[in-house]
Amino acid sequence: MSNHRESLKTVFVGHVDHGKSTLVGRLFHDTDSLPDGRVEEIRKMCERRGMPFEYAFLMDALQAERDQGITIDTSQIWFKTAKRDYVIIDAPGHKEFLKNMITGAAAADAAILVIDANEGVQEQSRRHGYLLHLMGIGQVTVCVNKMDLVDYSQTRFEAIEEEFRAYLTSIGVTPNHVIPVSGREGDLITGPSKRMPWYLGPSITEALDGFRVPLPATDQPLRFPVQDVYKFDERRIIAGRIESGTIRVGDTLLFSPINKTAKVRTIEAWNVDQLPMKASAGQSVGITLDEQLFIERGHIASHENQPPVETDVFRAHVFWLGNDALVPGKTYKMKLANAEARVTVQSIDRVIDTGDLSHVQSDRVERNAVAEVTIRSRQMLALDEFRHNQKTGRFVLVDGFDIAGGGIISMEGYADQRSLITVRATNVTKVEAAIGPDERHKRNGHKGGVLWFTGLSGAGKSTIAVATERRLFDKGYQVYVLDGDNVRFGLNADLGFSPEDRAENIRRVGEVAALMAKAGFIVVTAFISPYRSDRDRARAAAGADFHEIHIDADVATCESRDPKGLYRKARAGEIKEFTGISAPYEAPDAAELTVDTSDLSIDDSVARVSAYVDRTFTQT
Amino acid sequence: MDHLDRLESQSVYIFREAFNRLGRVGMLWSLGKDSNVMIWLARKAFLGHVPFPVMHVDTEKKFPEMYEFRDRYIKEWNLNFLSGKCPPIEEMDASLPPAARSAARKTEGLKNFLAANPFDGIFAGIRRDEQATRAKERVFSPRGATGAWNFRDQPPEFWDQFNTDFPPGTHVRIHPLLHWTEMDIWLYTQRENIPVIDLYFAKNGKRYRSLGDKDITNPVDSNAETLDEIIEELRTTRVSERSGRAMDHEAEDAFERLRADGYM
Repeated sequence: MSNHRESLKTVFVGHVDHGKSTLVGRLFHDTDSLPDGRVEEIRKMCERRGMPFEYAFLMDALQAERDQGITIDTSQIWFKTAKRDYVIIDAPGHKEFLKNMITGAAAADAAILVIDANEGVQEQSRRHGYLLHLMGIGQVTVCVNKMDLVDYSQTRFEAIEEEFRAYLTSIGVTPNHVIPVSGREGDLITGPSKRMPWYLGPSITEALDGFRVPLPATDQPLRFPVQDVYKFDERRIIAGRIESGTIRVGDTLLFSPINKTAKVRTIEAWNVDQLPMKASAGQSVGITLDEQLFIERGHIASHENQPPVETDVFRAHVFWLGNDALVPGKTYKMKLANAEARVTVQSIDRVIDTGDLSHVQSDRVERNAVAEVTIRSRQMLALDEFRHNQKTGRFVLVDGFDIAGGGIISMEGYADQRSLITVRATNVTKVEAAIGPDERHKRNGHKGGVLWFTGLSGAGKSTIAVATERRLFDKGYQVYVLDGDNVRFGLNADLGFSPEDRAENIRRVGEVAALMAKAGFIVVTAFISPYRSDRDRARAAAGADFHEIHIDADVATCESRDPKGLYRKARAGEIKEFTGISAPYEAPDAAELTVDTSDLSIDDSVARVSAYVDRTFTQT
Repeated sequence: MDHLDRLESQSVYIFREAFNRLGRVGMLWSLGKDSNVMIWLARKAFLGHVPFPVMHVDTEKKFPEMYEFRDRYIKEWNLNFLSGKCPPIEEMDASLPPAARSAARKTEGLKNFLAANPFDGIFAGIRRDEQATRAKERVFSPRGATGAWNFRDQPPEFWDQFNTDFPPGTHVRIHPLLHWTEMDIWLYTQRENIPVIDLYFAKNGKRYRSLGDKDITNPVDSNAETLDEIIEELRTTRVSERSGRAMDHEAEDAFERLRADGYM
């Protein structure tokens, strides 16, 4: 039965005019896959146009495509070998139509990348190779086409093979095969070629049959994004597609990012004898729960022990298709699984030249370019790193009304914020203080509060903090410094330097500082605290008593000071993920005070902080 | 999951996306094998319900069997049914070949219907394997106020993130069966036991492989009298599905012109 046969989707990509459509047409002809009269029909069309027979017309169906002899939009066509069924996706090679190439390629399980033997490796050959890799299409076979134009030269073939293998290797792709072919003459389409006895590898058809059909990710951790909630009758049904893992009746599901749990009561279905007891990756299902949680489209259900990441900031490798360039600061709509969120590009970390893989610093990503960026959302998101889960680790960006780009997610250098926002203790009640802040204010002569210093290593945080403490103490303030290195000896001795531990380090300092501020102290903290989300959490702990002070100096200035020799070590690669060098520093966008230490002396810096405290902490 | 399960799951996903993201949606029901599968898949997606209107743009030139089938299943499937009429052929573009000109009535009928009943999204049961310009379609295919298809500049569509943001005045054609083949349709019809019109089964050595208007649709030679026999025939046939649809064969660009203007 053909419904039990495997089906594999393969995309043909490569530079414009390298003969993709012709090769596909030839493949169909030589495997006898065309309906009666189709070749005759194409022959007539070509005669009418006064041109030689073109297999490309099989898929280049639009008049504009035929008139210009170029593929404009992606197309799909079906064929079969003795082994299995295929959906062949033809993708345009012209740079103008990259959005159509992406549309075609993103649907594929495997790819054939076509290179013209005469022209050799071209711009779109490399870009398409790069994009296949970015989209997670790991199975690639390279066809060096039009071998008839180079007299079936083994030397020519090997030169192209060597050049392109080197390129693919540098982006982490290993082609299954590199095959010399001729679409026009029909060499190595279904079997060996007499004109290329020196080639001993498989033909295209054999290479296709060698691709693997990807299995649904049933063994991975469960990801069930909520697509909709239905109430057509007495059932309240949570509808969605299981992207990975398995759901069983009775399972406890954790919904992120709302962090609520409920048990699966039923898995619903229509036109079945019996409701299923389990459902797995790839299935579109509807479930009911034992509790009426407030669940919305976009939430992701998982099992409790293997939840997705929760964060409002992440890194992404993006390709951009929009007419207007991608720019930092502008708001875009992000769609990730079934969630939508307003996001801004916080920084463009580097733009990648897909030709030579060099990196360029730029303040924008132009159409058809590829870049690494940092993206921030206004709301907490549930997501995965792409390397862990492709379906929940990728997203598209909408600019105005248009899908303008896509990207894959990395959390490199950023912490999972789930552990930081989960309240573990449940049976805790706050005790009301008997002594209010006004009484403490009156006795001390000033309010309590947190002076949260943030800035690069070497900006002068500790130096200014200690000098400020002395200055304020001498003026009669109750003041105390919490310093980065010191708390790590005691309070945070159990923490290391992973992104999660660093975030936890800052969380604890924020909580302690808030308590001391409530006790009436002015607390000065001196931590790099590079992430906005960490500082926002410290601000939330202290409320109105929080004062963010940006100790500001650029990387070059800090590096020239380098009091602890850390920059030198970071440059030498001895310290990984060093802020400002190999990990991000997210400068405050609305600090209460900025002290620019590349301009000001230590004394002047301290004077500015001291004046700010006089201004702010002594009013009643 | 087998091949049909995967197709079904993808169609269900498409239905649910459109129903959630677009405002008012409705489904075109041509009464043929494909749109019956489409209704079936909607009931799968919405757990037994079809939560939007089902519309038949009537050329009034269909086979009597098709009208009987329609009236019966409106009741049995509990459909919210709407009907639209098509203008006379004299009002159609005279530069079109005769059969295409006749088919264009349906495009105009649909436009008139949409003018009277504004929808944000219309489900249509076209498939990529039917016809080479349909092979280039998007799952969510935006149309301007006139219903025209801007095939030269279609939006990107990938990772099942469909286009759901449109300027006012746009409607979108949604194609839940785009990834199915004719063979898939019959295998699924058989597996799910979905009713079909008898015209698809051979009588006196002829059967209809694709149903349209009486005057521009011809039966093909066939002895397939059952679902099993149709499936067996498709396994070996070398005749294309729409060979009996006159409008496809009149001129090289006839179908493209119809579609650019808003034909399904």
